[in-house]
Amino acid sequence: MTDQAYNFAYLDEQTKRMIRRAILKGLAIPGYQVPFASREMPMPYGWGTGGVQVSAATLTPEDTFKVIDQGADDTTNAVSIRKFFQRTAGVATTEETDKATVIQTRHRIPETPLGEDQVLVYQVPIPEPLRFLEPRETETRKMHSLEEYGLMHVKLYEDISQHGAIATSYAYPVKVEGRYVMDPSPIPKFDNPKMADCPAIQLFGAGREQRIYALPPYTKVVSLDFEDHPFDPSKADHACDLCGAGESYLDEVITDDAGGRMFVCSDTDYCRARREAGHLGAQAAVMEEEAGA
Amino acid sequence: MIEIENVSKTFTLHNQGSAVIPVMEGATLSVQPGECVALIGASGAGKSTLMRMIYGNYLAASGRIMVGGIDVAQAKPRDILALRRQTLGYVSQFLRVVPRVPTLEVVAEPLLLVGENRDSALARAGDLLTRLNIPERLWGLSPTTFSGGEQQRVNIARGFAHTYPALLLDEPTASLDAQNRDTVLSLVEEAKDRGAAIVGIFHDEAARQRVCNREIDVTGFTPVAA
Amino acid sequence: MTPLLQVRDISKFYGARLGCRDVGFDLYPGEVMGIVGESGSGKSTLLGCLAGQLAPDTGEVLFDTRGEGPRDTLTMSEPERRMLARTDWAFVHQHAREGLRMGVSAGGNVGERLMAVGARHYGDIRGQAIDWLDRVEISEDRVDDKPTAFSGGMQQRLQIARNLVTGPRLVFMDEPTGGLDVSVQARLLDLLRGLVREMGLSAIIVTHDLAVVRLLADRLMVMKDGHVVESGLTDQVLDDPQHGYTQLLVSSVLQV
Repeated sequence: MTDQAYNFAYLDEQTKRMIRRAILKGLAIPGYQVPFASREMPMPYGWGTGGVQVSAATLTPEDTFKVIDQGADDTTNAVSIRKFFQRTAGVATTEETDKATVIQTRHRIPETPLGEDQVLVYQVPIPEPLRFLEPRETETRKMHSLEEYGLMHVKLYEDISQHGAIATSYAYPVKVEGRYVMDPSPIPKFDNPKMADCPAIQLFGAGREQRIYALPPYTKVVSLDFEDHPFDPSKADHACDLCGAGESYLDEVITDDAGGRMFVCSDTDYCRARREAGHLGAQAAVMEEEAGA
Repeated sequence: MIEIENVSKTFTLHNQGSAVIPVMEGATLSVQPGECVALIGASGAGKSTLMRMIYGNYLAASGRIMVGGIDVAQAKPRDILALRRQTLGYVSQFLRVVPRVPTLEVVAEPLLLVGENRDSALARAGDLLTRLNIPERLWGLSPTTFSGGEQQRVNIARGFAHTYPALLLDEPTASLDAQNRDTVLSLVEEAKDRGAAIVGIFHDEAARQRVCNREIDVTGFTPVAA
Repeated sequence: MTPLLQVRDISKFYGARLGCRDVGFDLYPGEVMGIVGESGSGKSTLLGCLAGQLAPDTGEVLFDTRGEGPRDTLTMSEPERRMLARTDWAFVHQHAREGLRMGVSAGGNVGERLMAVGARHYGDIRGQAIDWLDRVEISEDRVDDKPTAFSGGMQQRLQIARNLVTGPRLVFMDEPTGGLDVSVQARLLDLLRGLVREMGLSAIIVTHDLAVVRLLADRLMVMKDGHVVESGLTDQVLDDPQHGYTQLLVSSVLQV
């Protein structure tokens, strides 16, 4: 079979229409989980099948596509999804955040602020924020429809009572436009504030769970908290050892068996762009040397 | 205060061939405030049955039982409960309480139920227990573990805690020693002095002589056919 | 005085089979009513209808709401009814695990109803939870333990604390002492009685245990085959039962 035998962006047109209707409904009711008939994709569940279907329904031939996995453009998952759409949709791809029109992401929001002409597609493993407290789907749906969200705070209460602080550090629940409580997918809570009042469209796709939800541009998104334990979008108290950025989300990298370690931006494109612009972190020289050696 | 007119009582034993047993007919009596009336008659003549009907514990088959302006024979449960709380006290022969509740609380409960403040209710309860020779070291314990005589005195203290305008006494002095018996009779006299209307069953002849104004023989209310 | 609950002509069928039929009564503030009957008599069906968990086929359940006076809870919207269920009502299940979140700490269990009505101050919520644990005789150092680590009696007391923390006015209880040891039952009954009096609660208690209703209930309804066969003052119904079934029920109790 040749590449031309694929329909544009792999999915057939009827399926894409079905997904687009779900996306539009999601945009019309921010934070509400819209059921959709998730298709089998040529990759296993858990590898971003939800995000891929949303991307497939969103991409046009003129789009420029970027994929990140934990902030990085060059991991297996990111590379394979990028190649998938290169091949099935023939779209241009990029690693630069500001050049992309559609960005599919797993577990991060890019550091570079997004604009009105961009769409951010999240891969979502478990869309239901109430799931771990109330396993019955019939009951959680009712709780959403009746706005009974006391249980969400029970989870945060349990955190504080066990750890002295809200220990939830990723997939930190948010309330959208004062109405629906939403799981932001497993992004670090550091990224939560970026969702609020964002000029870009944010779409969330859960393939195995067959749910799509969305945040239209400039949506009010508030992280849940207590008056005496306010939300804190903390990150490692460190600057990037490569580019010196003090405000970006960092990954800790173990560099040897002797306890050596370094903190680097999780957003590889952001870090690279800063270094190219001449910003240097504490261990940048060492790395350059090793690279040269 | 207590006006009983032409009251009858039958028991229907549905599980024994629906046998209907008439036990009382034409019971009529009246008790004025400050008066103590003794019910007399042989064992089984219906003294306790009549008392229980006045209290609303047994349903009367017909007739009127007016206590403090309410006809117990017709009243709704809610009105009888209010009557029992405010107006009509009953000292039965047996103490029936929730396990684990301290004696002092058991005695003070009727006062708390009518809205008496806690401190004065407990003070009154302690006062009564002292008079009835229940040692203070027992006040914090549940009376369920007490001897029969002690339980009876706790029961009496409870019955006299609130100053009910009408009182029913079922053998209050039975099996008490002389000193406690005297205390109980004093309590009855005090109740009369403050104007309570009392109906009592006393097997103890001397006690009856001391506190009762009149005697009514319930044998007169026994159905002829029975 | 307005009754807290006015129940009129409640009937519930399961297909052709009768759940309960033509049940009506008034419950006033501070009153405790017992419903007794054997398994299958319709008492649990009735309780479910009263507490908004089952939809009866006919009838009205008028609850005296704080804001708008008596309203039929069967015709009010589900959000309103659920709001009542977590503020003004409480439901104590026979099996604590039906009424508790077993994966959540004791404090979280008690705090949930507070958070559900908008409490957002951790310190206050925890303080109230500890205060309520104390009232049901669970020591403060168990506040972070999960109910799975509690005995049956403690779980039941925790369930009561969780239900009463929002100061409800009406408590539904389904066999609250069922399955507990006798000594544990006594402690629970004493606790319930104290709370009912202190808080001026109205309660409807479904049980087959006549000793429980004698101690807790002011009034009693006896059910058989879906019908109320007798009702009245608790002590009158138990000491001078009029209906054959009640007589059988009372005479069947083992004396100790």
